[in-house]
Amino acid sequence: MKPAAFEYHRARTPAGAVGLLTELGDDAKIIAGGQSLVAMMNFRLARPEHLVDITHVDSLRGIAVSEGEIRIGALTTHREVEKAGLGVLSAAMRWVGHLPIRTRGTVGGSIAHADATAEWCLLAVLFDARIVVEGPSGVREIRASEFFLGPFTTALGPDELITALVFPSPPPRAALTEYADRRGDFALVAAAVDLDADRVVLGGVGAVPTLVSGKWCSGTTYRARAAAAAGSLELRDEPGISAHYRRGLVRTLVERAYEEAANG
Amino acid sequence: MAERFPSSEPVSGDSRQGDYRHSRVVGASVPRREDPRLLAGRGRFVDDIALPGMLHAQFVRSSEAFAEIVSVDLSEVRAVPGVVAAYAAADLDLRDITALLDRPAHEFVPTAMPVLARDTVRYVGEPIAIVVATDPYAAEDGVEAAVVEYAPREPVVSDLGALAEGAPLVHPEAPRNTLVDVSLFATEGIDALFEAAHTVVEVHTKTGRQNALPLETRGVVADWDDRDEQLRVQTCTQVPHQVRTVLAACVGLAEKQVRVTVPDMGGGFGQKCVVGREEIVAAAAALRLRRPVKWIEDRRDALTAAFLAREQRYAVRAAFSETGEILALDADVVCDMGAYSCYPFTAGIEPLMASAEMPSVYTVPAYRVRGRAVTTNKAPTAPYRGVSRPQYVMVMERVMEKAARALGLDPLEVRRRNLITVFPYTGVNAITYDPGSYRESLDLCEQTLRDEGWFDRRSDGVIGIGFACFSERTGYGSGAFAQRRMQVVPGFDLSEIRMDLDGTVSVTTGTLSHGQSHETTMAQIVADRLGIPYDRVKIVQGDTDRITYGWGSFASRSITIGGSAVAAASVKLGDQLREIAAHLLGGDPAAAVLEDGGVRLEDGRLSFPEIADVAYLRSHLLPKGVGPGLAATASFDVAGDGTFSNATHGVVVELDPGTGGVEILRYVCVEDCGVAIHPQVVEGQARGGIAQGIAGALFEVVRYDDAGQPLAPSFMEYKVPTAAEIPDVRIEHLETPCAFTENGAKGAGEGGTIGAPAAVLNAINDALRHTGVELDDTPIPREAIFRALEAS
Repeated sequence: MKPAAFEYHRARTPAGAVGLLTELGDDAKIIAGGQSLVAMMNFRLARPEHLVDITHVDSLRGIAVSEGEIRIGALTTHREVEKAGLGVLSAAMRWVGHLPIRTRGTVGGSIAHADATAEWCLLAVLFDARIVVEGPSGVREIRASEFFLGPFTTALGPDELITALVFPSPPPRAALTEYADRRGDFALVAAAVDLDADRVVLGGVGAVPTLVSGKWCSGTTYRARAAAAAGSLELRDEPGISAHYRRGLVRTLVERAYEEAANG
Repeated sequence: MAERFPSSEPVSGDSRQGDYRHSRVVGASVPRREDPRLLAGRGRFVDDIALPGMLHAQFVRSSEAFAEIVSVDLSEVRAVPGVVAAYAAADLDLRDITALLDRPAHEFVPTAMPVLARDTVRYVGEPIAIVVATDPYAAEDGVEAAVVEYAPREPVVSDLGALAEGAPLVHPEAPRNTLVDVSLFATEGIDALFEAAHTVVEVHTKTGRQNALPLETRGVVADWDDRDEQLRVQTCTQVPHQVRTVLAACVGLAEKQVRVTVPDMGGGFGQKCVVGREEIVAAAAALRLRRPVKWIEDRRDALTAAFLAREQRYAVRAAFSETGEILALDADVVCDMGAYSCYPFTAGIEPLMASAEMPSVYTVPAYRVRGRAVTTNKAPTAPYRGVSRPQYVMVMERVMEKAARALGLDPLEVRRRNLITVFPYTGVNAITYDPGSYRESLDLCEQTLRDEGWFDRRSDGVIGIGFACFSERTGYGSGAFAQRRMQVVPGFDLSEIRMDLDGTVSVTTGTLSHGQSHETTMAQIVADRLGIPYDRVKIVQGDTDRITYGWGSFASRSITIGGSAVAAASVKLGDQLREIAAHLLGGDPAAAVLEDGGVRLEDGRLSFPEIADVAYLRSHLLPKGVGPGLAATASFDVAGDGTFSNATHGVVVELDPGTGGVEILRYVCVEDCGVAIHPQVVEGQARGGIAQGIAGALFEVVRYDDAGQPLAPSFMEYKVPTAAEIPDVRIEHLETPCAFTENGAKGAGEGGTIGAPAAVLNAINDALRHTGVELDDTPIPREAIFRALEAS
């Protein structure tokens, strides 16, 4: 469990990082908190020839709350968000791994890694956050609804860097909850609910965070909405977990997320 | 019989067995001698060792579950920058490891485990070649460059698959893939008992394959020392002498040319009480290269290629009277032992343990058992804390619960009607159980949960309460292992003690602490015997040059047998001290008393340094017939069936009907290990064991796919519970001293692990009672709980 050899590069600015990515080509990878990438490298499942370390790019850190939006720098750690008092965004962080992981792992890294059950991916889709990326031709924004393309696959170009996430502010009544046999694990099923928009995003039911909305009439009970959400999914039996059980988890978790969103 | 004493409090020695009169330290939770270095990060583990010029090894391992090796090409490996050498089986020519039982061919088939796979690979992860490089990264680069050509065969991936008609044979010499097949006891008339019984209950259970998972993975640093003409092997093993014996034989050295030493260890749990292959290959490479070689097992290999355990299947029937007395027990046990027989225990380790001891804490009048070990294309197995007892205790506790349900009786009442209460008790399995507090521990455990209000909170579908009563056979002497018909028979322990000029003492033990605090507990035993503070005693362990052949630490033998040998050696040294003092002061040695670091007689007192001064520096003053020096040797063995610790565990679980999730709300352990040398250490053993037992009940399993590929290569898949999943445990002590160990102590190493799966399973089934669903397999799938509650 030692990684294959790689060359280490340190960026000081976003433009510097993008320059390195452009220069080094497809074999370069950004490293920030390293909570997913380093494990994959140790298993030699990932073997980038170049690592571009952005942890010294100070402009990527921090949270800015302004009229109408919350801007979270890509290098901000889960733990920093957890402590920032940002409603559902902060509350959802308790589901991210364990404290040591939250202390090193970054928001941008989680979005770039694009695990379909990752809390940040669900939250981004729930609020259709804007993902700010910088590339050789400048800065652009991608809506979360157009960002996640498949398992661990995104609309990010190979020479692009995520610099920030922009969420609507203040966070509306919303909640994220999930289930795994063991605390800190990636969820078997995760559910995020925006009560005001009546939007539900699910993790663990498809290749990307799955938005289910508009399948029910407003005014029905949370339980009925949860059942409708569960019923709308196409699921398959998988080793160790049947479609029936997964659907049941969806039903439970969506209802609980609604209740948490309503009751705080 | 049993007596309660408060947790972690010193107790007076008045009620102790044995003849010592100065019991001050035994029974007290004194500060651990190990703590200053371990807590400050100054321990020395294998991976902390760095020798000049040291190389790093990794292994080319089989990617196939079952295949003929067509060719192994290491030429590309040797070309990788940093790689110094690469050896396959043909390059090193090491002798195979073969573990034997003295049993007839229909009961036991011997199989050889090559140190490196030669012609055939039998599991994914089996070592094929060693790569030695200047750093661990280059070693892995080298491993990647190896080209192994396989001719794959259809693998055997389950116990039932192994036993199926026409199944491929993992070892051609073992028909039906069966390595051990014993039918035991078969009480006369047992079939008639079943036919006439009021009620017969059945338990069918399958338990998941587990990894003992020591925090410190396996590892070794080996180098050849020209001055001592010795291969020095520093390795984290529970059995240094057995490693020396096998290693010397494999590489063709004399025993004196191999020195095995054991530094600090981060756990073993049985996985390190067998002789592994990689340490032998690494040592052989060091010998060949005349350079130090280090191998540290990485976690992926530890999860997939290290020794595993616990995959068992039970089909059990039990006959009961109308009033809940068990009348007969009939069991069929199949243990999936994986690809090879481990040394020295053999593949019999699990089925022989289960077969011999299944009646557990109950008066079972008639018993019949068939125990089998089957070989499959999975990583081989070793003993793991508890060895089969977590399984058969689970079976017996399910038997009691099912009988209670069938008869409409209270399950604790059914247990009470069947618990052994008159001791010594010789069972239908021909084992004699020494006194314990079986009934008292159940009563106290139930009362504790009642007093805490849990019985009022029990509710269908949500909160359930479960119990497990069990004993733990400890102090297996050579008699017990001989009964198992091992050809290599562990059992005794031998201790050499010496007092130096300043009155400090060093004492050897053939046991070896891999986390159990022997530097403290053994010193406590010596201190009380000699009347000196325990920090004046140095424990020497884990060094084959300094210790006469020992059996290491496993099967909860260290305090019972090793501690008894240490005590006996201390008494002998004490006798010498008294004899010399009596001579010097004039008086009767029999009247001399050891206390406060010296010997007191009617006419005066001599301190130990004063006596040592004579023994070493002025030996002409010694009494006639007494040689110079202060040293003694003693040994200890258990002639009978060992000594039985016992406990009752009580568990409260809360189920989440919406997810099938399980939360443990309360855990109470009432344990009795006789005289606890150091209660806090006993409690630590119980807590750690309980965590591993909960892991088996709810979380951990090593699964393989149909091609024999292991499905849990990392902690993402192998769900070892974290502190968040393990509850606080309330521990209550009872004390029924052992009559035949020198300290009145019984072993305490495994009980937690033994009781937890049964108690957790019973608690979940209690919460599911109204559904009619009973879950008997482990780890319990949450989906099964979800479905049971959904249907109700």
